Amino acid sequence: MRFTLPLALLLTVPAVAGAAGNPGRPGMVRLPEGSIGRMYTMVGDTTTRQRVQGFWIDRDPVTRGGFLVFVRANPQWRRSTVAGVYAQAATYLRDWRDDLDSGNARARNLPVTWVSWHAAQAFCRDRGLRLPTLAEWEYAAAADETRHDASRDPRFMQHLISLYAQRGRTAVAPRALVPNAWGIRGLHEYGWEWVDDYNSTLVSDDSRGVGGRDVDAVCASAAIGATNPTNYPAFLRAAVRAGLDGNGGMASLGFRCATS
Amino acid sequence: MSSAREAKSRSVFSRTVVVVPLTVVATFLLLTAARGITGSSGARPSVPVRELPDVKGVETATLTSAPLVPAPLNRDYATKVVVELETTEIVRRLADGVDYTFWTFGDAVPGKFIRVREGDLVEFKLTNSKTSGVPHNIDLHAVTGPGGGAAVTLTLPGGSSSFSFRALNPGLYIYHCAVSPVPMHVANGMYGLIFVEPKEGLPVVDHEFYILQSEFYAKAGKPGEPHTLDMERGIDENPTHVVFNGSVGALTGDNAPTVRVGESVRLFVGNGGPNLSSSFHVIGEVFDHVYGEGGSEITQRNVQTTMIPAGGSAIVEFRAEVPGTLVLVDHAIFRAFNKGAIGMIKVLGDEQPAVFKQLEGIGKTNH
Repeated sequence: MRFTLPLALLLTVPAVAGAAGNPGRPGMVRLPEGSIGRMYTMVGDTTTRQRVQGFWIDRDPVTRGGFLVFVRANPQWRRSTVAGVYAQAATYLRDWRDDLDSGNARARNLPVTWVSWHAAQAFCRDRGLRLPTLAEWEYAAAADETRHDASRDPRFMQHLISLYAQRGRTAVAPRALVPNAWGIRGLHEYGWEWVDDYNSTLVSDDSRGVGGRDVDAVCASAAIGATNPTNYPAFLRAAVRAGLDGNGGMASLGFRCATS
Repeated sequence: MSSAREAKSRSVFSRTVVVVPLTVVATFLLLTAARGITGSSGARPSVPVRELPDVKGVETATLTSAPLVPAPLNRDYATKVVVELETTEIVRRLADGVDYTFWTFGDAVPGKFIRVREGDLVEFKLTNSKTSGVPHNIDLHAVTGPGGGAAVTLTLPGGSSSFSFRALNPGLYIYHCAVSPVPMHVANGMYGLIFVEPKEGLPVVDHEFYILQSEFYAKAGKPGEPHTLDMERGIDENPTHVVFNGSVGALTGDNAPTVRVGESVRLFVGNGGPNLSSSFHVIGEVFDHVYGEGGSEITQRNVQTTMIPAGGSAIVEFRAEVPGTLVLVDHAIFRAFNKGAIGMIKVLGDEQPAVFKQLEGIGKTNH
């Protein structure tokens, strides 16, 4: 994807001299404090943007090979032993051949999917990290290849819509993907990713919805009050999150870790 | 009741007869309202909104792909009807040289035709293929209840959900996916028809067909990849394709249904949109009957073109009077000529010169 048309962007992100990796946190990228567009605004909101503190996030999604190492060291997270309350037997790692066989070398380089939220969280905790928050994830994922916030660019939205509508998700290893402007790879190409507060809303003080879920972003009336009704990719992600259970998983749902 | 003190007993009696019950009713209403306001409505007796027929037995609905319609039900009682539909995401031909990533109900665009009877208790099970990328649900316009079912059927890839509803209102209804962003799900092909047959049935005809108009906003992918939704075209309501039954040519040539001269034809016509209304017309025929907007009554006779709103329907009936090819169009005619909104029904049989006969001219065409 190349965008040649220069866009005047209201970036609240300070200029970063290359959000590159850090020797202390190999494979992670530091994102500075900034903000993302709120999906909805409430009465009393004075801004349509939400602040995000600086944080670290994995450059690539966790691979099957990486998850295999974790499972080896933590037998309670093996397919045959995991507690159902943490991961449904019917879905958890269902595309692995065995407890400790995550597939051939090519498969081991692809993002791990069919993982539950609990398993993803345990994996990150094991590394001294956590899952990114919804706001952090959206902040990182608003970037295209050249700009930190391309969420108002119809062409970037169209690119994501086409990507999301593809039946077969990409089978290319993350390292072969072009990174976004933060240097992060594979946020959109494989489908969806767990976030820490997947069952909350973008506006955490919001009383809309049932049981804390962002149902309004899911139904037909989703556009009412939305700050950017043309951000179809954001609505698609919200619908996926609204349907998730913490012990479930999907073929197109992976994760990566983050820390403050 | 000061009236009891009045002298003329007859008038007192008659007034009391009227006033006392009114007062009782008023008091009851007031108390009921007050209870509602104070929130202690739990003790209120539940009043059925309408008489519902007894449900006898269980059936599994026969579902058909367009242009086929399930046979009339010929039942004189309500039953429990089990409907199972799977949502899928598939690549198919939209037009020559244009493959598109469709989202479907039942691997078909338009989705499978569902036929139930007025009063039936429908048990609906929705599954979402594990190969799907996104969640889906279903809003059936025939459903009286939250979201037409959408509120309780959000279904992730690999998951399932179910609910039951009573087919209260007879008529022809659109169903569609209503997961946000709804326009994307609808524009990708997630719609179909459900017919709630009136309990007395419809008059017998020789043929029933399922026709659904919808439009697509196709954007080319990378070489070798299928087309996907062009969001800007969708917002601009500027489709690349307007089609009957899901693709250009789905109802033409060898795909055209065949009837014989003298036979009666009923078309169940839906409009999935997502944006355009249809000026539905059959070239070479006049609709003898139109059930306007898909309702349960014949609302007009002798109609040339009937308007079908997006998310709406119509039932039209005619008798094939002469041989030839009837051409179904959206008479907003650029859509027919340039964007694909053409279908056909072939009428076989002997010429009927008393009805139609060429007298002089350079040749005969089909229409």
